[in-house]
Amino acid sequence: MEYLSIVFQEVYKILFLIVPVLVSVAMIVWLDRRVWAFVQKRQGPNVVGPFGLLQSLADALKYIFKEIIIPSSSNKVIFILAPIVTMTLALIAWAVIPFSATQVLADINVGILYLFAVSSLGVYGIIMGGWASNSKYPFLGAIRSAAQMVSYEVSIGVIIINVLLCVGSLNLNDIVIAQQNMWFVIPLFPMFVIFFISALAETNRPPFDLPEAEAELVAGYQTEYSGMMYAMFWLGEYANILLMCAMGAILFLGGWMSPIDVYPFTLVPGAIWLILKILLLFILFALVKAIVPRYRYDQLMRLGWKVFLPLSLTWVVLTASYLFYFNLLPVN
Amino acid sequence: MIAHAIFFYTFSIIAVVSAIMVTASKNTVHSVFFLILDFISISCLFIMIGAEFLGMIMLIVYVGAVAVLFLFVVMMLNVAQQKNQWFSGQATSKHIPVGLIISTLIFFEIIIVIGGWKYKPEIFDINNSLANTSVSNTHSLGQILYTDYIHVFQISGMILLVAMVGAIVLTFRQRSGVKKQSYIKQISRERAEGVEVLEVQSNKGVKIDD
Repeated sequence: MEYLSIVFQEVYKILFLIVPVLVSVAMIVWLDRRVWAFVQKRQGPNVVGPFGLLQSLADALKYIFKEIIIPSSSNKVIFILAPIVTMTLALIAWAVIPFSATQVLADINVGILYLFAVSSLGVYGIIMGGWASNSKYPFLGAIRSAAQMVSYEVSIGVIIINVLLCVGSLNLNDIVIAQQNMWFVIPLFPMFVIFFISALAETNRPPFDLPEAEAELVAGYQTEYSGMMYAMFWLGEYANILLMCAMGAILFLGGWMSPIDVYPFTLVPGAIWLILKILLLFILFALVKAIVPRYRYDQLMRLGWKVFLPLSLTWVVLTASYLFYFNLLPVN
Repeated sequence: MIAHAIFFYTFSIIAVVSAIMVTASKNTVHSVFFLILDFISISCLFIMIGAEFLGMIMLIVYVGAVAVLFLFVVMMLNVAQQKNQWFSGQATSKHIPVGLIISTLIFFEIIIVIGGWKYKPEIFDINNSLANTSVSNTHSLGQILYTDYIHVFQISGMILLVAMVGAIVLTFRQRSGVKKQSYIKQISRERAEGVEVLEVQSNKGVKIDD
């Protein structure tokens, strides 16, 4: 009986995390389209529900009732697995995100490594989908996306090292608490910019959406997918974007901490601050989508390997020597 | 304890079965996917014994980077052609002795490891290991790796660097006659170089040399 009650408690906790994440993914898609429309002086989705808030729900319903088509020449098992993998990976990463000092599903020692590992596994959903479709455009899209994600992961990893040098712990809560006096966005501002751009590339957002560049590759790795399977790719993608925003908020914007440590602000629960910071980053993501034209592929690779990697590596040396010289290294 | 055992046996059964499937499956891409499954379950086992840093690094390095490159290579190969070569007739017999030699070597290595466990049980005693101290896994690894084993660590880094340079040298070829974009050239172009204002006389035209 004890086991059962523990299991039920954990399932309850997990549901309490996953359901809000899924709902906010739907809302975030709406927000994305509204911001995009706002920049282009259009209305955007504004018909279904108040301000069009229920648009994503209507879309989801439409996808559920559509027929799932599996190409006859595809590799069926892997074809079906691909969207499931994408979606699962996008959701399991949320387990370690701290919403306040105590509200975290799994407060593990290596939280940031876990986040990094899960986001680096995200490439498999795309490769599997692209290869199993057994068709030219999806395959090209998958190859492009794999190369792109592997390249930008390197610089994200080095940026994480920068933050870790200042914190001295891999635990996400420790990272947040270390920013009590100053958010890392101030001393590490160049790293924040590089992290933001790399996050765009890592989640295949415009201007780096080459894996699904509609002018060249129809829809990239998603070309052969339809109905609910397509919707799962889409949900996974947006859940990943939200996750990247959460990672940015935790690493650079002080996570669940209130911006000023004075009385009325500290009353607001940490989860609200974290959500506000995620929203801020997401609106930046959406604005970039609206105002920046798509990169060419060789320019994308050049930016990743020849600009971001040397820059962030140099910054690691700089941070480390600064901390060492002024004896600020976090030692415990 | 029961839950621990259930998870341990699940992960180890998945690990062993997928390791067998890597060699048994005929489609090379499936082999790589089984290899990935194997890596993931091994890293789960690492996490279960309390080596969470190793498990995560295993995921990041092997699954997130190495296996992606494997997949790249395997997907680019012509799988159908490969299958004919490997599974039909005479060609197979050449590979068997090599495989046998390697597998006997690995077999003896495993015997040595298990023998060590049998004869020197105190080395493998969990109660003596660092797991009991208050220092976290990551800290203790760092304290050992960057102090006692710093030279080994640096040498392995150098070996990896040399391997990388070697691979680049082997595959690098300078092709002539390919137009390349030079960003510095493009940005530093002045108006005076690109634009020339000419007096064009009627019925004569101008001659422009490139």
